[in-house]
Amino acid sequence: MMMSTAFVPHAGYRAPRFAGLLSGGGWSAWGVAALVLFVVFPVLHLAVPADSALHLSDFWVTLIGKIMCYAIVALAMDLIWGYTGILSLGHGLFFALGGYAMGVYLMRSIGHDGVYHSDLPDFMVFLDWKKYPWYWSFTDHFWYAALLVVLVPGLLALVFGFFAFRSRIKGVYFSIITQALTYAAMLLFFRNDTGFGGNNGFTDFKRILGFPITAPTTRMALFVTTAAALLGFLLLGRWIVKSKLGRVLTAIRDAETRVMFSGYNPMYFKLFVWTASAVICGIAGALYVPQVGIINPSEMSPANSIEIAIWVAVGGRGTLIGPVLGAAIVNLGKSWFTKAFPEYWLFALGLLFILVTLFLPRGLAGLRLPAKRSP
Amino acid sequence: MSESATREHWDDPVATGARVVAEGVDTTHRGILYLDGIGVSFDGFRALHDLSLVVDEGELRCVIGPNGAGKTTMMDVITGKTRPDIGSAFFGQTIDLTRLSEAEIAEAGIGRKFQKPTVFEQHSVFENLELAMKADKRVIPTLRARLAGIERDRIMHTLETIKLLPESDRAARMLSHGQKQWLEIGMLLMQEPQVLLLDEPVAGMTNEERSRSAELFLSLAGKYTLVVVEHDMEFVARIAHKVTVLHEGTVLAEGSMASIQRNEEVIEVFLGR
Repeated sequence: MMMSTAFVPHAGYRAPRFAGLLSGGGWSAWGVAALVLFVVFPVLHLAVPADSALHLSDFWVTLIGKIMCYAIVALAMDLIWGYTGILSLGHGLFFALGGYAMGVYLMRSIGHDGVYHSDLPDFMVFLDWKKYPWYWSFTDHFWYAALLVVLVPGLLALVFGFFAFRSRIKGVYFSIITQALTYAAMLLFFRNDTGFGGNNGFTDFKRILGFPITAPTTRMALFVTTAAALLGFLLLGRWIVKSKLGRVLTAIRDAETRVMFSGYNPMYFKLFVWTASAVICGIAGALYVPQVGIINPSEMSPANSIEIAIWVAVGGRGTLIGPVLGAAIVNLGKSWFTKAFPEYWLFALGLLFILVTLFLPRGLAGLRLPAKRSP
Repeated sequence: MSESATREHWDDPVATGARVVAEGVDTTHRGILYLDGIGVSFDGFRALHDLSLVVDEGELRCVIGPNGAGKTTMMDVITGKTRPDIGSAFFGQTIDLTRLSEAEIAEAGIGRKFQKPTVFEQHSVFENLELAMKADKRVIPTLRARLAGIERDRIMHTLETIKLLPESDRAARMLSHGQKQWLEIGMLLMQEPQVLLLDEPVAGMTNEERSRSAELFLSLAGKYTLVVVEHDMEFVARIAHKVTVLHEGTVLAEGSMASIQRNEEVIEVFLGR
């Protein structure tokens, strides 16, 4: 239909360049982060003696590992909220489900070393259960559990997203429904009959893949794995948002009807990024549980999911790196604040959110890129 | 049909029905849009009533009518946004528009421009056209799409047609109102449609922008079928081949601009308000 005559661009016209995955500076920063996380921190923790001032203590390894898991969640949240404009207030659920899937494996790995020295985890003995419920089958195999880490949040997101997006549920309605979803799941997991340890959840893990879970080398291995996941997901996220699909996602955020009349079906694009986001959250949860040593239903509380949105808003929506830094800064602040003034943390968090919304609508990342157009 | 009539049209592919049917739209009977007896009501309000209309392939059809005559609802029916309560809407001989989704209709070859220009404000002009371009628009192919040289050329060509080549790298939100309207038309062209539905395309334009729009539409007619809904009579007179007048949800008159201007009923409706 278009004319077939060859077209000669105007002299001096520069065709727009779709740049590589990261800018030159971006790759340098990525490389430095990789060096610090893969080399410097492990050396400081394992090789430098504990009495040295340079030694990286267990406390910091756990805290940074935990924060990296949160950063992955923030990254996943940015894909769905920052780029696609869909605010989920239930992302804590996907995180917790990934955590529980890993937790089930870790419970099985305790073996007979529990308080009751039984075949079953302590909480099942306590409930006087005689055998594992059917859905615990095969969970003693690590790779099956790893599959569940991806499949459980992924399938839930797929099914939930399919119905929500097909019904064209948008904006605040979608946010409220996701909030209700995580709340309902929390109530379900609080019940002892659900078979996941009730309100105590899972804890007292002994080993992972046969390695003692609290040994410094195991901790460091988990730390490095988490760092690899974070840096990898950063590139994956970058690849997604830089692709034509990424441009479709931001187009859905800005003018969904136009996207529809351009011949795209927004539902499948939303479903794709929503499910991808949920799976990434699940993986973050699975990395979180062995490092922190506990998973319980409070991870599904509505407040947790709202906090995720705050990390992203503080860091800067639609920038990927912003939310990663936002998660890090807010959580470092939290860990200091909850020790210094434990009662006031939620007020501080709320104040921070208000201040960022009022004065830094584009988050901390907006400070660095004032002249550039938002992606 | 007599021997001479057949011979007279022997080289006209439409008249002989010998046209190679391309891209699934069967226009062997010349018409490309058929609306027959369409009725639409919203909460008792009759927006369209027994509306019948045939648009021929390659035509530039103007649709005029007072506010509330059902012009936009008619567009909604054609693009699948509104389902008619009664009546049929066909694209070519075979494609039933009342059974397709909005995306499927766009895919089949009907492009729509809204009254208010809606472009992707945050994307560059180039990216706007890239997103609109006819392509495999499913999720995974979109994720893996790379812009080929020939596609880039096509985007450049469209930029030239809509006179936005110098604005290629600018964010669409920086464009003037008229430029946004053209960009949206460019986005429609990138989808390689057969039919372009334009809803008040020159509303809010300066006189100079109107002239350029008239030029653009006349150059597109023939290559595409254009249906233009417009209030501006002077503009309609400048571009129209054939005019349809809607009134209270149905067709009041149809014909050349001159015959419409002489039509007593039309005069009454327009002057009576």
